[in-house]
Parts: sequence; C-alpha cells; structure tokens
Amino acid sequence: MKALLFRDLQLAMRAGGGFGLGLSFFLIVTVLVPFGVGPESALLSRIAAGVLWIGALLACLLSLDRIFALDWEDGSLDLLATSPLPLEAVCVAKALVHWLTTGLPLTITAPLLGLLLSLPDGGFLWVFISLAVGTPALSFIGMFGAALTVGIKRGGLLLSLLVLPLYVPTLIFGAEIARRGVEGLSVSVPLMLLSGITLGTLALLPFVSALVLRINLR
Amino acid sequence: MASIWEYANPVKFMRLTDRVLPWVSVLAGITLAVGLVWGFFFTPDDYRQGSTVKIIYLHVPAALMAINAWFMMLVASLIWLIRRHHVSALAAKAAAPVGAIMTVIALITGALWGQPMWGTWWAWDPRLTSFLILFLFYLGYIALWEAIEDSDTAADLTAVLCLVGSVFAILSRYAVNFWNQGLHQGASLSLDKEENVADVFYQPLLFAIAGFGLLFLALVLLRTRTEIRLRRTKALIAREKMA
Repeated sequence: MKALLFRDLQLAMRAGGGFGLGLSFFLIVTVLVPFGVGPESALLSRIAAGVLWIGALLACLLSLDRIFALDWEDGSLDLLATSPLPLEAVCVAKALVHWLTTGLPLTITAPLLGLLLSLPDGGFLWVFISLAVGTPALSFIGMFGAALTVGIKRGGLLLSLLVLPLYVPTLIFGAEIARRGVEGLSVSVPLMLLSGITLGTLALLPFVSALVLRINLR
Repeated sequence: MASIWEYANPVKFMRLTDRVLPWVSVLAGITLAVGLVWGFFFTPDDYRQGSTVKIIYLHVPAALMAINAWFMMLVASLIWLIRRHHVSALAAKAAAPVGAIMTVIALITGALWGQPMWGTWWAWDPRLTSFLILFLFYLGYIALWEAIEDSDTAADLTAVLCLVGSVFAILSRYAVNFWNQGLHQGASLSLDKEENVADVFYQPLLFAIAGFGLLFLALVLLRTRTEIRLRRTKALIAREKMA
C-alpha cells in the first residue's frame, strides 16, 4: 500500500497537471471573484470565507477524474484488483494521494488567498481548520464518484453532476465554520458535524467505491 | 400461495400489469379529476390567501410523490442488489424521470404560490433548497443510467448511487436546516396534530394526493413495461445477429 501511495504521489508530482493545476485554478477563481462582485473590501471580507470554500471545492473537482482514469486506461487497475492488496486499500491510497496533492495544498494556500479577499483577522485560522477537516471528505466523496464513472468515456461532466450534490453537506458545514469563525461565534457544533461527515466518508466510502470498481471491472 | 416475488418473473409481471394497468389509469384519472375539480371550484377562498390557496392541490401531492418516488427507487435498488430481479432494477429506472417531473412540479407551483404570499419566487429556505438538491440527485441518477451501455453494470452502479445518494440527501436535508431558517410553514397535514389544514380543504386534498399516487403508479408500471419490452427487442436483435 505504501508502494502504491509513493508511486501515485510521484506520478502526480512528475506528470504535472494534477499538482499545480488545482492550485492555479484556485488562484484564478479567487482573483476573478472581485472582478465579478466589485472591489469594495467590506463586501469582499463578508463573502471571503465562502468564496475560498467554493474555490477549494471546484479545484478539488477538477482533478477527480484523474484518480482512476489513467490506471483504468493502461490496465494497471486490473492488476491492482488482482493483487494481494484489497481493493478497499487501493481506494484509500488513491483518495489519500488525491488529498495530498490537492486538498492539502489548497488548505495551506487558502489563508494566503484570504489576504487577497481581505478576509477578517479572526477568519484565517478557521478557514484553515475547516478546510483541513473538510477537504479529506471532498477527496473521499470524489473518489466514489470517480469509481462510478471510471468506465465511461468522457465522464468528466457526468462526474461533476454526480459529485456536486454529494458535496452539499460538507460545503454547508465547512463554510459555516469559516463564517462563524470570522464573526467570532462558537464553532464547536459545525466543527463536530463536519468532522463527523469526514470520518464517516473515510470509514464507509472506500468499501462502497471498491464494490463499484469491482462492478466496473467485471 | 402466491408471493410477491413471483412477479419478479417478467412474463408474470407483464401478464399482471396488462390486466391491472387500465384500471389503475382510469382510477387515477377519476380521483385526480374529483380531487382537483372539488378543490379548485367547490372550496371557499381562504380569508387571508384568497384563491391562491388552491395551488395546494397540486403542490402538496407533487411534493409528496417526489419524495416517495425516490424512496421507491431506494427500495427497488435494494431489491435489485440483494435478489437480482431485473424487473426491480427496471422499475427504479422507470420511476426516476417521473419523480424528477414531480419535483419540478412542486418547485414551480411553489414558486407560483410563493410570489403572491411571500413576495418572492424563490427563497433559500431549507425545504425549497432540499427540493432543489433532490432534483439534482434525480438528474445525476438519470444521467448515469443513460451514460452506461451495459445494462447490468448500469443497474448495479445506479443502485449504489441511489443508496449513497439517499444518505447524502438526508444529510443535506438536515444540513440546510442548520444553515438557514425558513419561510415555509411546518407540517400541517399530520394525523396526530391539533393544528392542521381546515377540513374543507383537507378532504379534496386527500383525493388529490390519492390521485397523484395512482398516477405515479400508473406511469411507473407503464414505463416499466416499456423497459421490459425494450430489453426483449434488444435480446431478439442480438439473437438474430448471432444466427
């Protein structure tokens, strides 16, 4: 499993595209928002947390179809399925790599981009924490969507249609944490709910995704 | 003794529905006509809402059916995953577009009702928002059926999507409650509550709900029959190619 983890990480780093693309996309979305809504810092600071969350979510979505597609095309997914490693573990490794290459960098850069959107002082910590807690859920839910659509040619658009409604609860709680953090309110309730979603998806979705992959590989 | 599982056999299912479908359709037409005509023309106007209150005869049944259709798809998907009855998978497939249309009807009538009452076509109210999300779930489900060529794979994958989607749909329902307080009124048709819709409005509404239920049943049966016939023609074409 470690070997698979490192192989995928190296592939993601060296092949380019996956790693930098999500981040650049995140940057562009954040830059475009002030063009769309106007440059007043009062308005920007009110919507900053939500914009960062939506940007992170979309950037996550961008690289989802790469989770299984390349391995599916060259047949290594079949090899992985017949290897002694259970397919569930393969799914966990894939989702982890996706998180390490998109979720984690997004979480780290989000406070920086918060500067561009004049995020209020109290918000930086909570945007960072909510993204750190929430993005693993995005990766695991996305992994399920990628497993569903892996056999479909040009399934990228369908993948977004399937995955985005599943992202709704994560987005609501994540953005709520960031918003409450900005206003200085107590964040414990949404934080617990968001952690619950993340842990639930971590625990259950690898099994569902492995089931779905087996159906697709049949 | 005849068990319900006998009708998992497509031949028996077709024979039964062939006899039942006309009755269900006619009954659906009659109850709908009674409920709607009674509701639209023979109930008094509400003293605050005026005649707009009559939108309830389309709005409430459609909304009920939109949720129940997804529930029926969930049960049918489970039956397919556990017992591998093809009729069940096809029934789930057949129900999805009907449910999606019911969701649209509920959303549109809701907007038409909301405009005079709340002064807005749309508000990000928990109930409205979760209905919109439900509609997105329907779209994704239908799109996944369309996208996969092999029919058994499609049935399996959509069934899993339906299960996972149900969990997330319920999560979203409670998440949006948390996110915004609503304009929409609470439940007012419960059997065990003191404060409900007045009887004059309640009785035709029951007819309208029964009518929508029967209409849904008739449409799903019809569409399932079509799917079964489609499956047969495909098998016939495949057999001819082999020969």
